[in-house]
Amino acid sequence: MKNKSLGSKLLSAPYIVWAALFIIVPLIIMLYFALTNEAGVFTLANLSEIGKYKKAFGLSILYAAIATVITLLLAYPMAYFMTKLKISSQRMLLLIVMLPMWMNFLIRTYSWISILANTGIINTFLGKLGLGPVQLMYTPGAVILGMVYDFIPYMILPIYSVMSKLDKSLLEASEDLGANAFVKFKKVILPLTRPGIISGITMVFVPSVSTFYISQKLGGNKTMLIGDAIEYLFNLGVDYYNIASAISMVLMIMILVCLFVMNRFNDDDDGGVVI
Amino acid sequence: MKALARLYVALIIFFLYAPVLVMIVFSFNESASVWVFQGVSTKWYTGLVTNTAMLNALKHTIIIAVLSAVISTVLGTAAAVGITGLRNKLSKKLLMSVTQIPMMNADIVTGISLMLLFIFIGKLIGLNESLGFFTVLLAHITFNLPYVIMSVLPKLRQTDSKLREAALDLGCSPVQAFFKVILPAISTGVLTGFIMAFTLSLDDFVISYFTCGHYQTLPIIIYNMTKKSVTPDTYALSTIIFVAVFVLLIFYNVLQSKTDKKPAKPIRH
Amino acid sequence: MKNLKFRSLSLAIIVCIVSLLFSSCGYEYVDLELRGKYDRSLEGTVLTVYNWGEYISDGSDGTIDVNREFEKLTGIKVNYLTFESNETMFSQVENGGVNYDIVIPSDYMIQRMIKEGMLDEIDTTALSNYDLIADDYKGVYFDPEEKYSVPFNVGMVGIIYNGKYIKDIEHSWNVLWDEKYKDMALNFNNPRDAFMTAQILQGTDLNSTNEKEWEAAAELLKKGKKNLQGYVMDEVYGKMETGEAYIAPYYAGDYLTMVETNPDLKFFYPKEGTNIFIDSACILKSAENKAAAMMYINFLLEPDIATANADYIGYASPNTAVINNKDYYYYGNEILYPKKEDMPPVQYYHDIDEKIRRKYELLWIDIKLY
Repeated sequence: MKNKSLGSKLLSAPYIVWAALFIIVPLIIMLYFALTNEAGVFTLANLSEIGKYKKAFGLSILYAAIATVITLLLAYPMAYFMTKLKISSQRMLLLIVMLPMWMNFLIRTYSWISILANTGIINTFLGKLGLGPVQLMYTPGAVILGMVYDFIPYMILPIYSVMSKLDKSLLEASEDLGANAFVKFKKVILPLTRPGIISGITMVFVPSVSTFYISQKLGGNKTMLIGDAIEYLFNLGVDYYNIASAISMVLMIMILVCLFVMNRFNDDDDGGVVI
Repeated sequence: MKALARLYVALIIFFLYAPVLVMIVFSFNESASVWVFQGVSTKWYTGLVTNTAMLNALKHTIIIAVLSAVISTVLGTAAAVGITGLRNKLSKKLLMSVTQIPMMNADIVTGISLMLLFIFIGKLIGLNESLGFFTVLLAHITFNLPYVIMSVLPKLRQTDSKLREAALDLGCSPVQAFFKVILPAISTGVLTGFIMAFTLSLDDFVISYFTCGHYQTLPIIIYNMTKKSVTPDTYALSTIIFVAVFVLLIFYNVLQSKTDKKPAKPIRH
Repeated sequence: MKNLKFRSLSLAIIVCIVSLLFSSCGYEYVDLELRGKYDRSLEGTVLTVYNWGEYISDGSDGTIDVNREFEKLTGIKVNYLTFESNETMFSQVENGGVNYDIVIPSDYMIQRMIKEGMLDEIDTTALSNYDLIADDYKGVYFDPEEKYSVPFNVGMVGIIYNGKYIKDIEHSWNVLWDEKYKDMALNFNNPRDAFMTAQILQGTDLNSTNEKEWEAAAELLKKGKKNLQGYVMDEVYGKMETGEAYIAPYYAGDYLTMVETNPDLKFFYPKEGTNIFIDSACILKSAENKAAAMMYINFLLEPDIATANADYIGYASPNTAVINNKDYYYYGNEILYPKKEDMPPVQYYHDIDEKIRRKYELLWIDIKLY
């Protein structure tokens, strides 16, 4: 038995070294930058500077939250209807939902410009009908649409995977006990699919809140979400690495706290794994 | 009700594919615009052959995706087996938590922290240039590893630990026991991990953006292109990739449907 | 079994794609008449060039591929990369993550890089084509002793508009604030140029050391933001060419490229004045292949090459062999080479002290978040 434990240690050793070097050390270096000034002297000035970026944080959280809610509202019925289909159709649909994820998300996002632009497909069509062009691009709405579009598969898939494993007999039992459709949904389906919802929410919220591409392309560079701010500062030069690291640390802590809180809602304690 | 449900599913699929459709249509555009359609042409496809920057980037992308997927699969599978065997609950939990950081964290934070590390090390050992092929490879392996570990671990849990002991009792060496008994039992998990790693690496933009230096991958080139005007050749290349993946997935699905009845696992971006 | 099939299939597809990569390319080399002497003593070495996007003749549509011609001539491999703003270039060079041999920044950035000790001295006497540079562009304020930079392009900022939708337009920076053009006007997506549009309207110095003046310009930009469709850099091409936006300030040379695609586009220099700039080739201190860099810079000055670049890029050239060449596509072009009496009042950007620079770099965030 001792031999086995030694073997396990040997097998996991390369990974432990790897994780320490490429996961922990980078974060320590980032923390070091966040807590020092350009001369490398310890300071809390960067943290107090962060107050200036509260609007960027606020906007990012707001947009990401709206996008996450819309994604959930769109994805939940989708997942539900999918489970109602024949197994072979389900498999096909799953493939269809996953396929866009294999394509470059920059291109998929960029294609929306062709659809939404003033001279784009929708406005050309409206023009043919004699309706004036509608400003669709370069608005907060376009940014949120981009987030919903890019990340909706990450909401559909986990909800579907939980829903497809639902015990049908529980639903039948609730019907036998006289539950109407609403009660059945609220008391049975919703609680049972909660793990899927929660992992879906985290998988949509995290990339949305930290994006720096979608807001630039679909928002016409008119806003600065927190991801844009970090990218902008890093591209100004080494002088800004300290403040940019501080913002990144705060973003990371914010995300980890969100995930921790979300996990509290999740009874299914599978070693803390969210997926 | 049923018709309504079908309509809903159709609408969502339309939403998912509208931009893809636009991309495919405009890849055949006669003019250089990706907004205004002016007649059919395949010149962007033939033109791809001479676009050395894009083809080089594609080559880089494939090299990084294959290498990082292979290395992270080997390293990750070993780690998963090792972690399962660890007896100290605390260290196990700690290791699992650390493993989840790159999965949970924002890509931009992972990318920047790795960039800071690479530049720091580069300065330390006096490199004139610290970012490039090796750093982007290391970065990709780093964010791939957790996904491999997470897809192998559940399979290991399902595997009866007595199997290994039985193999040892029957005279197998531990190495033989691993390859003859354990590996076959967890092979679907390993394969899922490999595919996930490959996909994530292929599509990664944010982490590569901060760590690749001159070794530009396709998403980086595409990002640079969208900074000026995207021409239909980018769409043509994406269409080719789309069709290739589509065919691949159809085959995979048909083959898998014969044996496996379980729905596919979700992949996080 | 299934895995095996799957694997061999993916392998087959990968092999297909990779084999595509090694197929030959269809560029035809031209016979160049060269002034300078080029040998193959550095054959096999790599030269890394960091330049603005769309800033070199690249062989498309039958033009000369400058980098490929240089590679053929010298056997040096050119690793050519692009940036979209002086600041991005600076941060990339500064952090040491990547190495470049040649960079081609603008005036004020060259001044800053000299100050920070990032540039290597260039012995212009060793460049056989340096005599071709017009005297006006030699020894300009950012490099008075001609020690660090060799002029590549000259340009001025003006306003491009779509004549199909806008018939009558005031030749002023005011148009960017005019509500007539709501959602149809663009502005620069880099702080220095965007601030310039407001500073000139307010009549303040582009290189002001007064924080108040920068704050006032930021206020004006904030006020104008709701009128704008967006902030852009090279995306301006697609937007102006397709009629997605009607008005945009941009570099005159880019207008000349755009008008080839969309003849409706018109251009003017605002009466209040504008920014003039010189982009020059510099060699970095950290450069690994300085000899090849010298060769490349001399090559860029070659009449044939400089003309090909000037034709392609559309910016004004500081090279007399181009300006006086009757076959040059923009020979005597009034936008690029305005007569003295048509010349708007112009100002160069200078490197500003760090405190002011930080001020406007952070004010830019406020504007974006306004």
